[in-house]
Amino acid sequence: MSNVGIVIVSHSPLVAEGTADMVRQMVGNEVPLAWCGGNGHGGLGTNVEAIMGAIDKAWSEAGVAILVDLGGAETNSEMAIEMIGEPRAQKIVVCNAPIVEGAVMAATEASGGASLKEVVATAHELSPS
Amino acid sequence: MAAADISRLIEAAANTIAAHAEELTRLDQAIGDGDHGLNMKRGFEAVRAEAGAFAAKPLPEALKAIGTKLVMTVGGASGPLFGTLFMVLGKEIPAAPDRADLAAAFGKAIEAVAARGKSQAGQKTMLDVLQPVHEALVQGKAAADIAEIADNAADATVPMKALRGRASFLGDRSIGHMDAGARSTALLVRAVAEAIERRA
Repeated sequence: MSNVGIVIVSHSPLVAEGTADMVRQMVGNEVPLAWCGGNGHGGLGTNVEAIMGAIDKAWSEAGVAILVDLGGAETNSEMAIEMIGEPRAQKIVVCNAPIVEGAVMAATEASGGASLKEVVATAHELSPS
Repeated sequence: MAAADISRLIEAAANTIAAHAEELTRLDQAIGDGDHGLNMKRGFEAVRAEAGAFAAKPLPEALKAIGTKLVMTVGGASGPLFGTLFMVLGKEIPAAPDRADLAAAFGKAIEAVAARGKSQAGQKTMLDVLQPVHEALVQGKAAADIAEIADNAADATVPMKALRGRASFLGDRSIGHMDAGARSTALLVRAVAEAIERRA
């Protein structure tokens, strides 16, 4: 698929899955979508390996926008991008936006064929600066 | 550095984290999400479990592999932060480092941790311990002095207001508690310093 992919990374698998449901309701299967949540050991948290897996699943040559909740999700997502390495790393961006609103808005933008830059900018507009 | 020395450092690090896991969790519960002790213990036990394989590598490769293991197993923000510390230390250090090599590599590793956490010293984080430890290394201080400097630096995070991490959500209420990451960093510095001193 040529549309930008969306990855949702929450400390809670329930939040991540619920956010993904809301995205699907809006854009159906027009956008590659993956989510992950939890520390991989049954607790709340985020996990680099799971994030790398979600990026693979939502991969698009147009790029991938990641929506995160709290600080650890952002740090772990940035670590995952670094470990994936170039050339794919330059096409993966962590959005500075609230996770639910950001994911729905970014996916809606992506479903219209927008570029990664446009998708990320749409999500960023939601964030108070 | 010989394989036996690397093994001993891994044991020392894993032992101190295991012995203080509950204390780290208590510190993190006060002003964070309360998972620091458990996360660090999980990560360092994973490193301990493969200590033989790490120790068989040259020091730079061992440090890089330990860092990657911590990234994959610690979780939370601490995984990438401690993982980056070890990975960059491994990238920058020669196989048989002298004190100046160690100080230089440690400096680069701290810069990488600061970049990863978008933070700097003075914000009530592990950097508040790493930075004075680096200065002590540069000044050629003895291992025992460096361990004490690290402890004092962790204590000095108590009156600070957190500006990064989950604790920053608390604002002024973060004042009066020690930062859990600063404490775990000081524990690791002391463990490594004491292990090196025993050998010397």
